[in-house]
Order: sequence, then C-alpha cells, then structure tokens
Amino acid sequence: MSLRRSLCIAASLGAAWLACPLPATAQFRVEITGVGATQLPIAIVKFRDEERSAPSLSVSGIVRADLERSGVFRSVEAPGPLDENSQPVMTDWRARSADALVAGSVTRLADGRFDLRYKLWDVVKGVAVDGQSTAVEAADLRLGAHRMADAIYEKLTGEKGVFSTRIAFVTKGGGRFTLRVADADGEGGQVALNSPEPIISPAWSPDGKQLAYVSFERQKAVVYTQDAATGARRELANFRGSNSAPAWSPDGQTLAVSLSRDTGSQLYLIERGGGNVRRLTTSNAIDTEPVFAPDGRSLYFVSDRGGGPQIYRMPVSGGGAERITFGGNYNISPTISPDGRTLAYISRQGGAFRLFRVDVATPGAQPVALTDTSDDEHPSFAPNGRLIIYASRAQGRDILMTTTLDGKIKARLLSSTADVREPVWGPYGR
Amino acid sequence: MKTILNALGARRVRQLSAVTLLGAALLSGCSSVKLNGDVPVESRTPTSASTVGKGGAAGGGLGESHVESVDLTKGANGGSGDVGAGRIIYFDFDSYVIKDEYRPLVERQAKALVADRKKHVQLEGHTDERGGREYNLALGQKRAESVAKALTLLGATDAQLEAVSFGKERPAVQGSDEATWAKNRRVELNPR
Repeated sequence: MSLRRSLCIAASLGAAWLACPLPATAQFRVEITGVGATQLPIAIVKFRDEERSAPSLSVSGIVRADLERSGVFRSVEAPGPLDENSQPVMTDWRARSADALVAGSVTRLADGRFDLRYKLWDVVKGVAVDGQSTAVEAADLRLGAHRMADAIYEKLTGEKGVFSTRIAFVTKGGGRFTLRVADADGEGGQVALNSPEPIISPAWSPDGKQLAYVSFERQKAVVYTQDAATGARRELANFRGSNSAPAWSPDGQTLAVSLSRDTGSQLYLIERGGGNVRRLTTSNAIDTEPVFAPDGRSLYFVSDRGGGPQIYRMPVSGGGAERITFGGNYNISPTISPDGRTLAYISRQGGAFRLFRVDVATPGAQPVALTDTSDDEHPSFAPNGRLIIYASRAQGRDILMTTTLDGKIKARLLSSTADVREPVWGPYGR
Repeated sequence: MKTILNALGARRVRQLSAVTLLGAALLSGCSSVKLNGDVPVESRTPTSASTVGKGGAAGGGLGESHVESVDLTKGANGGSGDVGAGRIIYFDFDSYVIKDEYRPLVERQAKALVADRKKHVQLEGHTDERGGREYNLALGQKRAESVAKALTLLGATDAQLEAVSFGKERPAVQGSDEATWAKNRRVELNPR
C-alpha cells in the first residue's frame, strides 16, 4: 500500500467525513462516511467540455459520486486535461496511487442531444479496457452519466451496478406531501403525486413502471396503484376501515395488502386489477407489512400474535407462519435481498429504532446491527443486493441514507428542505 | 483486470465474483474490448423505451425518465379533515382500552346514534410518533375499533360507524415528550 493511501485511510478513520482529496473540480457535494475493508482507488478526470456543454450538472461528478457511494471505490486526485482520445502516462497515474482511470467528454450535438464518451484504463496493467460513446436526449443526461458509472462498475467488479435505477420516497413540507421518483442518488426528483394529505408505503412494481402506495386523501388509508410515466391511477383497495402496506408479487400480477375490513388488520392477496381478494392470515392479532420472497412462494410479514411485533414467514399458498426474529420485543419493516438470503429490518433496542440484518438462509444466524443511529425506518434493498436505502433522522430532519451490507460505508442522499421518508428502491430498467 | 483485483487483496477477490470479468465483457455484447493497444470507442444509441405520455419519441423532449405528476392539492379543502363538533378519547401507551373517565362520552354518543339512525360517525384512531408507520396505522385502527365496539354494544349499528386510522400521520400536537405523546394517542369521533 502506498504511503499516500495509508495516510488517506488513516485520516478517514479519525474524521467524520471522508477527508481524502477529491479532484479539485468536484461540483458535487457528497457526504460519505466510513472506510471499506479494501477499496479500489480510481481517478476520474473532469470530462472535456462538460462544463460548457452541460453546465447544469457534472457528468464526471455524477460518475464519481456513484462509484464512491457503492463503497467499492475511493477517488484519488485526477488532474486534467484528459479525454477519451488521450494517451495517459501510466507511471504518472501509478504515482497518484490510482489503479483505474476514467476520462471522457460531453459534446452538444446539432440536434440538441449530447454525445457522452468515456474510456477506462487499467492503470496497474497499463492498458485501456473499455470505452463507450452514447448519444442521449437532454432529459436523459443524468441517466447517461449513471449508465456510464454502471458500465465502469460492472467492468471492474463483475457485478451489475444500480446507479441507473430509481428510488421513490415521500416528502412532507409546507402543509403538503409528495410522492417523488428520483435517481438512485436522490437527485433529479420528479413529483408523481402532490397531496394535502399523508402518503405512506410506496412500492415499485417488479417492472418498474408502477407505484403502489397508501394515500389518505379520502380521510382514511386507501391503496392506489399509479403508472409512473402516465400518471394513470387506480384505486386498488378501499374496503371498510384501513387499507395499507401494498407489496407486489415477483411476477407483478398480485399484491399482498393489510386490510382491517373483517376482524382487524390481516393479510390479503388481491389481483393487480383489484379483483379476486383472498384472505391469507387468520390471526387474532395485527398482521401487516407483507413482503414477497424473491421466489414468490413465501411472504415475510410483521405480526404481534406473540405479544410485540415480530417478523414471520409463511407460504403464499397459505399455512402456518414461522417466526424469524427473536431479539428484543419490537421488530418491524422487513426487506429481503434479491437472492433471498438476507433480511434487513428495524429493531427497537432500548428506545432506539435501528437497522439490522440477518442471514435467513443460515439457521441460528445472529442479527447484525448496521447503524448506530436511533431513528431508522423503512429499509429497502437495492436490486443488486449490495446496498440498502433507509430513512433516518439527523439534526432534527428526516433524511435518506444508503449503507453497504457490512454497515461500513454510508452515504447521505442530499435532499431539499422538506423532510424525506419511506424510501423504496426500484428494479433494474425503467 | 486480474492485476487490479490482486491490488484489492485476496479477500476482496473472493467477495467479488469477478474472475470472469473479462469473459463477461467479451460476452456482454455491448462493447467489444481489445486487451492491448487502443480500445475502440463504440457507439451506442439507447432505445428510448418508455416515452409514453406527452411528447413521444419523435418530440424527443421527455426521454426515458419522465414521471407524470398528479396534483390533488388543487381544489382540496386543505389541511386535516373537518373535526367539527367531534369528541376525543385519549389512550394510554400501547393500549386500546377505553378508560372509565370516557364512559359518559361514549354513552352520550351512542344515545345520539340510537335516537337518529341517519347519524353517522367516523372514528379516527391515532398513535404517538414512536414506532413504524404501518404498525402504528394498525394500532390506531385497533383504538378506533375499540370505540366502535363500545358504541355498538350500546345500540349503535355498524352502518352508522366507520373505524379508520391515521396511525402516526396526523398528530394533534407536534413534539417529542410525554405530554405531547399523550395528546396524540387518541380516537376522534367525527360526525359524517
């Protein structure tokens, strides 16, 4: 390990924020804490003409922030100028402790689109290993930068990146509530629903085209589904009492919901068109927050049938429930990893609500705390299973955070002055 | 690429299923990669998949990211529901038991409903801010149903009542202390 790198890491261990030098031209404010076990040092040079062609955002800055938030990469000093046609001197870059180098350009085309180009070099080996050129609409500039970050991430790790996926979340401010759709970095938010009444429990359909959510616009909890691109809404469940906690089946044809229409909050299945309502649980307790396992055959859910709320698992076809959580007397808000092996949830410890994970594929595995904050809520796995987004509280404001699965690298997603809550990570593809 | 992985350390190599990096790149079909020498910059134009809505593909304005906005605030009454001449029953922490001091209120309300079958009441259950939103929604529902049950035992009909919940979403008082929490654990009886 170079001297520079060990100094950099030593500084980070002591500091609250990552103190390592970022390229001087970084236009992004990125709040990332923690140090990963080993991180790949990558140099991302400001792209040629990006300030001139696309002044409203920094393409290279988006790529840099994405790669850092993954926890796998650490930025190193990246002086330019350099672009995809350059012949970088590898000894210079090895001297800066870079293992990988990215340079590129952003060019405005005559038809109003933008030409995004980059090249990726393996500095250790001294060769270029990838390069792409893509033409994007102005409205897709941000998406183009995220796709670039995904391509670089995949080339260097062999795993799919999630930078071009989307998240949905709820904001509260100025007497209104909004349901928003944003890029996975929290930026570029668009309003899907603007309401004078609360909105909770958004859930993406598996194809990423629809959002289910609970709206109180009718002075009670009602489940709606809405097409993100067109705004077309359907009232999915408005039975007597409260209708809430929608969860999509992996094939997108069915939703599980919690309805109080019969004997208190119980789980039901309902077709995406609103028909064929079938009762799933018959406890004398509160059953809520259903989540389908990725194979679609079982359901995780919260029930207080044993006293306090705990997480259980039952077959979707019906039958007995198996208790999953045992630590403490209050465990809620399950989210399951795409490979079905890891459950993340919120556990009350003392008075603090904290994010935990447990390996559900290994019997007897111990839960592991992922945070040391005390107001965590509503975790949701990224589609590559490598990151979890959750809501928390800092300096009196509701905020969104992401964490790696080992809890070591955390990033705060920057938001407006409104309080943000209820985050949910969308699938691959838009 | 193996050289970069070695720099990361053997443990990371195991964690990343990445030995097939290069194979994956060659098979990925989206960029052709030559190991030594220059890598040609390959052109790709993404297919504009979801351009539903205003503009369309030819207009070129919306791109793949467009989200259509639905605005419920126009023409809305705004703010919380009309409490009107509603009454409020408060609850202890983690409880949905109606305390004795509220018996007279419940009896008066039941009498009014029995006397006039056209009268309807919405029972709105609420919790304090502590805990998860969905679980609190269900707890608020239990409180509302507890009041509904008390009313039907005294002669009101099911059709005259609807028990709903706002969970922790509509606090009566903002704050994070015992006094505030006590004022938010409640059922509002709102004429409808």
